[in-house]
Amino acid sequence: MSAKLPPGLETAPLVSDWVRPDGDGFAVRTGRAELGQGVQAAMLRIAAWELGLPVERLTITGPDTGASPNEGVTAGSLSMTQGGAALRAATSAARVLCLAEAGRQLNTEAGRLAVIDGAVLEAGVDTGLTLPVLATRVDLDVPVVDHAAPLGQPLDADDTSRHDLRARLTGAPFVHDLSPEGLLHGRVFAPPSMAARLPDALDLAPLEARPGVVAAVRDGNFLGLVAETSAAADSAAAWFEARLEWEGLPIVPSDPHSLLEASTAEMEQLEVPEAGLPSSEPVIDITCRRPFLSHAPMGPSAAMAQWGDDGLTVWSHSQGVYPLRDAMARVLDLPQDAIRVIHTPGPGCYGHNGADDVALDAALLARAVPGHPVRLVWSRATEFRTAPLGAAMATRVRLWMEDGHLSAARVSVTSPPHSTRPGTAGHVYLRAGAMIEGGTPFPPAPDLPANRGNGAARNARPIYAAPALVERKLVDDLPWRTSALRALGGQLNVFAIETGVEAALMAEGLDPFDGRLASLEDTRARTVLEKLREIGADIIGTEEPDRSWGIGLARYKNVAAWAGVLAEIELGDDIRVTRVRAAVDTGEVIHPDGARNQIEGGIIQALSWTLKEAVPLDGARVAAESWEDYPILRFSEVPQIETALIHRPEDPPYGCAEAVAGPASAAVGNAVQRMIGVPIRDLPITRERIIAAVSEA
Amino acid sequence: MADTVAFTVNGKAVEVTADPGLPLLSALREDLGLKSTRFGCGSEGCGACTVIVDGTARFSCTLPLADVAGQEVRTAEGLAGPDGDHPLLTAFLDHQAGQCGYCLPGILMRARALLDRGEPVDRARVAQELDGNLCRCGAHARILDAIMDAAREMGVAT
Ligand code: FES
Ligand code: FES
Repeated sequence: MSAKLPPGLETAPLVSDWVRPDGDGFAVRTGRAELGQGVQAAMLRIAAWELGLPVERLTITGPDTGASPNEGVTAGSLSMTQGGAALRAATSAARVLCLAEAGRQLNTEAGRLAVIDGAVLEAGVDTGLTLPVLATRVDLDVPVVDHAAPLGQPLDADDTSRHDLRARLTGAPFVHDLSPEGLLHGRVFAPPSMAARLPDALDLAPLEARPGVVAAVRDGNFLGLVAETSAAADSAAAWFEARLEWEGLPIVPSDPHSLLEASTAEMEQLEVPEAGLPSSEPVIDITCRRPFLSHAPMGPSAAMAQWGDDGLTVWSHSQGVYPLRDAMARVLDLPQDAIRVIHTPGPGCYGHNGADDVALDAALLARAVPGHPVRLVWSRATEFRTAPLGAAMATRVRLWMEDGHLSAARVSVTSPPHSTRPGTAGHVYLRAGAMIEGGTPFPPAPDLPANRGNGAARNARPIYAAPALVERKLVDDLPWRTSALRALGGQLNVFAIETGVEAALMAEGLDPFDGRLASLEDTRARTVLEKLREIGADIIGTEEPDRSWGIGLARYKNVAAWAGVLAEIELGDDIRVTRVRAAVDTGEVIHPDGARNQIEGGIIQALSWTLKEAVPLDGARVAAESWEDYPILRFSEVPQIETALIHRPEDPPYGCAEAVAGPASAAVGNAVQRMIGVPIRDLPITRERIIAAVSEA
Repeated sequence: MADTVAFTVNGKAVEVTADPGLPLLSALREDLGLKSTRFGCGSEGCGACTVIVDGTARFSCTLPLADVAGQEVRTAEGLAGPDGDHPLLTAFLDHQAGQCGYCLPGILMRARALLDRGEPVDRARVAQELDGNLCRCGAHARILDAIMDAAREMGVAT
């Protein structure tokens, strides 16, 4: 075991917290949520290896404040590094304890025993004992750390199955699908901005009189309804929405960048090179910007809540059932153990989306109808308008070159906060929590600290071997709510740095690969780049006037997975990405197919951000209501993608979905830059912006 | 005003008594308990609600219940029959085509309507057909691979 425990083992230290015998197999528990990334499949594989059983003989339970280990939040690509390590240690300890018991019964050394298909073998001969039966005879209420001796594992590329996929294809696994006895349906009226207020004198009687409406619920500026059927809820909500006028909307420009620039917040130096920066002018001085992004999950955020005699139960697709429970307890003024939050699958999760907020909304509505479960599914417009946004930001990059290599860099990030999850900095950060009468405050959020990979300044330190000054201006008083979206500040920071590096290399006539290698000492980054050149060989050198390619490179958070991406683009009536290659070193690869799936998904989403996405604003109001207002990449626009995984069995596994976001965006930008000779500074990269960049040059 | 509308779903005769303007999506999910068909936007913008009505892929979120009277509706539940899985379902499982899966039943129905037409299709044709169906997780490449596998199995791949 490493000196530092995975966080799960601190709150759930016993073997029995994680694994118990169950028939001819085991039941394992994880505090890591299945968010559509296949994490439970990977967890099952880890447990199966350690317990010497096929995956089919294991069952797995996800996060539930009433039953599972408290592993905090499933986020930041840490599922495998931390949750996997904890479960691996616990299942390994179970195996060690069972084999010790077998040794006692057989009067032999545990070291002579092996487990195959759950059966205990001594020197290759079946002893008639099985691990699940032995487990019923040993005390599993003992600390994991006293017994764990993980086997480590071979790579079995054939075993790729995700046990939960069938239900997602033809069944009803989502929180949206729950329909217990007595179910009622909730709807909320989303304020156009968190600062907006309901009129003091608001007559709710007409709403309550609509067909099928059971209750209209108002608490301060929180407003919603409960109805007998989903159809009645929809029609009553639409009827009232058309009559509802919010007050007190702050007057602000619709362009966040003017506010970011004008903010007098301090530019804080996070990393300062000992020798200072060169006194000469930098060869590159470029500022790149991105707009607000929407999580835009395919299903709107949803939750179900039910108040009973012994408290509140909430079914939620939150990334962190424990932090959500604790935050709700503060808003509702209940002891923590009076609330149980059960993780139930939701649509794809790419960071801190609306899941936590909708859970409190559902709880507030259900309080009006004790005993009844209330299911609340936000409308698409509510999802766009009220879910936290990925931060708009600006990153300025200054670079100095010497003899064909990078000699110094200065990276200056201006951004709103990237994390307002429940529990961040000890605050509640639930939307309705701030809207109800005497509600919990929603104070300006800090940035994530360096030991959590930074938020705004994530990946602001270039990967290259040059002294760098890194600084950040945190603008925490914008009227739009921002929180963690996949890769956080890392997407724009890598885009800006790699755009600058490409510009510097082009100015000296250097090759994108050789030029980067000349400034790169990190051997694993070098390997990734060499691999990328190898798998991109069929694209490199085939450029034409309207066809080009570019690359981007980064190590996620500067401490996790390395990723290099090559993108080929074609410029016609529109800009299209036609082929993509990715080389990724994600340490030990536990579930190769799952890792590939995550990488492809991360690339496609990043391409969508890069080519299409921008949240439309109308002052303080998010002006997107439907997919027409927020287009994302479509099937016919998706490139052909090939991925090479660099497997490092001796290293810890890193998550990979977020690692490719920055490099993929940068690769597209650099393909354009190499085609037109000037960099593109503003995302998304559209044909109009390309034409504007050319005509300005 | 409630009306009783009779139609078939996945080969089975059903009746729903509801406002005839009720979206088919709501009738399937809330009245018939067939929840693989999903709500994504309610305005024909995402395809999560796609079903097949008399052989044609339709957005069930805006399709009035009354319009399917006497018609044959197919949903993703119908891909897992008692006689085994439809080639599309098999191919999606083989390819692990999907992440969260929220988009998948709608995509399966759009693909099925296309393949059932029996015209030869290639990857680009399938991608174009799916442009009204969004996937936020970025599972597109595998989804296309899986559909082309099923097309080969069904003898309609070029
Ligand atoms: S829910 Fe019907 S198209 Fe989106
Ligand atoms: S798999 Fe999640 S939206 Fe398609």
